Amino acid sequence: MGGSAILVAGIVVLKLSQVAAPALEKLGLVSYLLGSDWDPVSGSFGALPFVYGTLVTSAVAIALALPVSVGLALFLSEMGPKRLRPVVGFAIETLAAIPSVVYGLWGLFVLVPLLRGTVEPLLGRFLGFLPLFRGPPLGLGFLAAGIILAVMILPTIASVTIEVLKTVPPPLKEGALALGATRWEAIRLAVLPYGRPGIIGAALLGLARALGETMAVTMVIGNSPEIHASLFAPGYTLPAVIANEFAEATSELHTGALAGLALVLFGITLLLSAAARILVRAVARGPAGARA
Amino acid sequence: MRSFRLRKARNLAWTAICGLAVVAALLPLLSLLWLVVSKGGAGLSPRFFVDLPAPIGEPGGGVGNAIAGTLLMVGMASLLAVPVGVGAGVFLAEKGDGKVGSVVRFTTEVLSGVPSIVVGIVAYGLVVVPMKRFSALAGALSLALLMVPPLARAAEEFVRLVPSTLREASLALGVAQWRTSLRVVLRTALPGLLTAVLLAVARAAGETAPLLFTALNNQYWNARPDQPTASLTVQIFNYAISPYEDWHRKAWTAALVLLLLVGALNLFARVLARGRLRGAR
Repeated sequence: MGGSAILVAGIVVLKLSQVAAPALEKLGLVSYLLGSDWDPVSGSFGALPFVYGTLVTSAVAIALALPVSVGLALFLSEMGPKRLRPVVGFAIETLAAIPSVVYGLWGLFVLVPLLRGTVEPLLGRFLGFLPLFRGPPLGLGFLAAGIILAVMILPTIASVTIEVLKTVPPPLKEGALALGATRWEAIRLAVLPYGRPGIIGAALLGLARALGETMAVTMVIGNSPEIHASLFAPGYTLPAVIANEFAEATSELHTGALAGLALVLFGITLLLSAAARILVRAVARGPAGARA
Repeated sequence: MRSFRLRKARNLAWTAICGLAVVAALLPLLSLLWLVVSKGGAGLSPRFFVDLPAPIGEPGGGVGNAIAGTLLMVGMASLLAVPVGVGAGVFLAEKGDGKVGSVVRFTTEVLSGVPSIVVGIVAYGLVVVPMKRFSALAGALSLALLMVPPLARAAEEFVRLVPSTLREASLALGVAQWRTSLRVVLRTALPGLLTAVLLAVARAAGETAPLLFTALNNQYWNARPDQPTASLTVQIFNYAISPYEDWHRKAWTAALVLLLLVGALNLFARVLARGRLRGAR
């Protein structure tokens, strides 16, 4: 029965390639991957806007979720009252259990109006000198998708970080404290350096989840295959375009081009999650010499 | 050497920042739960659970067929995924220390990171293309593929919790290895395995992306596995992105129903897991 898992991995790649092959042959791999024009009606398919959107939204998500998760994990395991742990732990589990489409609903009717009415005008006024925060505040766009993703990957990063912090040997921190370090100094000098590979691994796991997340992003990103420097602009991601167009794709070329996008997405997430597992394992073993 | 007061102030500032991170993490959760309950609760009525969706402009209407569709597909998916996932987990825990075991473990770990939308296309290729139509079967297969990796991992953990003395006692009495695995180990781990199954079922019930182009949707009741089938999640999606106020309200109510379903499964799983811990002691 265990062999079935390997079989499944093989089937994933095989089936995707089968559906994608005709389109990739006809379009040419290079012009497909680097093309920036996506127009199913005229039969032109370029993957670049989606790859760009996926990377940008995931980057925003990580930039927001990583500091918050690490701060939360540190507060729970090192600073705050112990009584808080089960309560916040339960909340994080709940956050992880909420279906993606419900996040999308919340994003569409709560987050997007908030961004359009308050956050984006403010960001534009004070940080408008950066190309990231220019343009009309539409609400729907990269920023909204990034924030939703941040909320969704937060449980992943936070729970793995908490586990990583548990593996830090107490004598390390106690040593720092005994030498007169404040609690924060002990964290910065002893706890964080020890846990760094594991925290990076946690971030990569979160990133892999962000890259593949579909429904919530589809509902708030604005769904237009364009490349913009501004986070306020609408965009598109790999999973979102598959979700929106796959069921209605009529030509073999269109279906194949979408399956090709899935192949690209699968490749990216595979690389990332493999890297993440290896890093998390490395920290479970601990840096050389730290055990003594 | 910096002054002690500065260092203490710095310590306090970082503690406050990390405390704020906790608040920042919990705010979206509270906002989301509050809105789903308040906005969704307004439209809740017994008929919402049993009626078919009403066309726009007509009053009333529910998501009865979508609830039935979700239950149908999740049920079929469980039939496919539970034996495979639990089997793989038991194998990993009992015989998984060799080379085959580590390969299987790594594969399930990587597979659990496969985006659900990609799994949807795989199910499309496996079922929809040969059958030439969208179907509950295709939807169920995509859900099953998503359920296997977490099931395998959780099953492995729970089987590993079984005390080795139990296993050894059985083997010492001359019981064959496979019988020991089946009658002693599996039975002891049963509450834990049920927890794992319930969590996987809850996750599958909340999936949307792979159903969009496998099960598609359906405005009517359907019990046939070879026909397009409605699901609660796809229905929420369609209602949410529609331009109609009335459908937006229904999206919130359907989201409440979905959250209640997922929440009940999670709660049940938790209670079972707690019972297992007590039993192990």
